[in-house]
Amino acid sequence: MDIFLVWVDIFRNWLTAGIGVPALAAEIFIKIILVLIVIVFVCCNLIVLVWLERKFSAFYAMRRGPNRLGPAGFFQFPVDIVKMLAKEDIIPKAADLPVFKTASICAFITAILAWAVIPLGKGLVLEDLNIGIFYFIAIGSTGTIAFIMAGFGSNNKYSLLGGMRTAAQMISYEIPMAFSLLGVVMLTGSLNLSDINDAQRNVWFVFPQILAFLCYFISSIAETNRAPLDLSEGEQELVAGYFLEYSGIRYSLFMVAEYAHLVAVSAIASIMFLGGWNPLFGLTFIPGFVWMMLKIYFMIFLFMWMRWTFPRVRIENLMHFGWKVLIPVSLLNIFLTSIGLYVFQAITG
Amino acid sequence: MFDIIKKIVKYPRLTNNYPDKALDSSLFIGSPEIDTDKCKLCGECVRHCPSGAIKINTVSNSITIDYAQCVFCVLCEEVCRSGAAKMTNKFELATKNKVTLQKGPWVIDENNIPYEPQALDALLQSKIKKTLGRSLYIREVDAGSCNGCDYEINGLNNPFNDLERLGISFVASPRHADMLLVTGTATRNMQLALLKTYAATPDPKLVVAVGACACSGGIFRDSYATNNGIDSLVPVDVYIPGCPPRPQAILYGILKALDKV
Repeated sequence: MDIFLVWVDIFRNWLTAGIGVPALAAEIFIKIILVLIVIVFVCCNLIVLVWLERKFSAFYAMRRGPNRLGPAGFFQFPVDIVKMLAKEDIIPKAADLPVFKTASICAFITAILAWAVIPLGKGLVLEDLNIGIFYFIAIGSTGTIAFIMAGFGSNNKYSLLGGMRTAAQMISYEIPMAFSLLGVVMLTGSLNLSDINDAQRNVWFVFPQILAFLCYFISSIAETNRAPLDLSEGEQELVAGYFLEYSGIRYSLFMVAEYAHLVAVSAIASIMFLGGWNPLFGLTFIPGFVWMMLKIYFMIFLFMWMRWTFPRVRIENLMHFGWKVLIPVSLLNIFLTSIGLYVFQAITG
Repeated sequence: MFDIIKKIVKYPRLTNNYPDKALDSSLFIGSPEIDTDKCKLCGECVRHCPSGAIKINTVSNSITIDYAQCVFCVLCEEVCRSGAAKMTNKFELATKNKVTLQKGPWVIDENNIPYEPQALDALLQSKIKKTLGRSLYIREVDAGSCNGCDYEINGLNNPFNDLERLGISFVASPRHADMLLVTGTATRNMQLALLKTYAATPDPKLVVAVGACACSGGIFRDSYATNNGIDSLVPVDVYIPGCPPRPQAILYGILKALDKV
C-alpha cells in the first residue's frame, strides 16, 4: 500500500537481480540507507520544529518571531547551525576530556536510537520489534546517562547540579510514564507498536485511557526536559544546566537531541493513544503516513502550547508532583483498567 | 480606636507653608559654590567631580560649574584643599533657561578625552560580521550597573521591539554567545567577572557597551571603585550612549556592530 515500501522493493530487486549483489549484502546496504533516511527525516523535522517553536513563542507573546531569512524566517535555524559550526569549540582545561567529548554525541545517539522501533505507517519501520514499547522506555532511560556525563564532565558546579537534577527528574518521571503506557499494553495484550496501532481501528485509546494519556503527557514533558518542567536548565538557578560549558557544534548537538527526543515522544503518544496512522472519520484516501505526521504535529503543538503558557515550577514541587500525584494516578489507571478488562471478559464470556 | 483618634488629634501637623513662608533650609544640601578669593585653581575638584560638572579654563583662569550636570554629591567640598568649594543650602535652582545653570563660560575638560577603540584587523572584522550577520546569540553582562540599562535591554524582547525577528536572541551562558552586551561601569568587584565572561565566550565575538557607564564611566567616572568604562578591560566594538539608552538605540547599536545599518 505504501509507495515507500514499493521503492525499497524495487531497489532491492535492482541490487540483487540487476547488478548481482549477494542477498545479505544487499539487505545490509538497504538497512544502512534506511537508517540514514530516518536520521535525515528527524533532522528535517527539527528545522520545522525550531521554526514552529520560535513562531509559537512569538505568537503567545504577541510578537512576530523571526521573519528575515526565507519565508517567515524559516531558514533561521539552518543559519544558526552553520554559524555554530564556525564558532570556536572551547573545551575547559579542568574538564574530564573523554566524558566531556562523548556526552554530546551520546545525547544525540540516544535520541536517534528510539527511532529504530517507531513506525510512521504500515510497515514504515526500521525494525518491527515485538517488544517495541519496552525498547522505547529503555532507550529513554539511557538518555539520562548522557546528561549526567555532560554535567559531570564539564567540571562546573552548575553543570553538575543540572546533571543531577536531570537524573532525579528523569528517573522519577520514568515510572509514571511506563505505568501509563502499561494501561494501553493491558488493553491490547501486545508490546508491538504496529499491533497496538491496529488495535485502535475502532476507538482510540485516548478515550478509555484518558488518565493514562494525561500522565503520559505530563511525564513526557519532564522526560524531554521542556518548560514548564525544564528544571535541569533553569536559567534563574543554573545558568544553562548540564550543557553550560558546551560551545559551538557540541551545544547544537544538545539542541538537536532535545528536539529529536520531542518528536519521538510525540510519535509514541500518537501511536499509543491517538490511533497512529488510522484515519479519522474514515478518510482512507489520505495515506496513513500523512495521518501519522498530522497526529505527531498535533502532539508537538500541545507540548509547545504548554511550554509557552506555563511558568517554570520549583524543583521540590516537581518531585512532589511526580511521586505523590502522577505515580498514584497512573497506578489507579492500571487498577481501573484491570477491573474494566475483568468485567468485559465476564460479560462477553 | 479611641487611642488612635486621640493620637491623631494630639499629634502636631508637620505640613509646611512653603511658598508663603520661607523654609528653614539650614540642613539642606543645595548648590555648590566656589569662593573665588580662596580658590587656587589646583583642579582637584575637577578631577573628582563624578559628572564632570566643574571645569577650569587655564587661559582666563576661570572656573565654572554646570548645575545641569552636577549631582550635588559634596565631593568637591570634601576634596578642596583651600576650602574654596562650599555646598550652600540654596535649593531654589529651577530655571526655564538651561544656560543660566552654567556659571561662567563653557570650557572643555581635559580629562574628557574620547577613547579610541583598538583598531582590529579589517579582514577579521569582516569575517566576524559575515559569520554572525544572520544569527546572533547575545549574553547580557551586568558589570555593576544600576539596572536602568538592563530594564531597557529587557524592553528589547517585548512585543513592541521583538529582537527575535532579526534572528537575534538572548542565551544564558557566555559559552553559547556571540556578543556580550555589557552594562555598567565595570566596578572593581565585577571586573574579574567581566574578564572571565569575555574569556569564556568562543571566538568570533563582539562586545557592545550599553549606557554612559559602560561607555565612559558616566556618573561614576573616576571613582575609586570603578574602571571608567569597560573599554579599559575588554576591546569594545560599539558604544551606545544614553542613561539609559532606549531599546531602539540599543537595537541600533547591535545592528551597527554587525554593519547592518
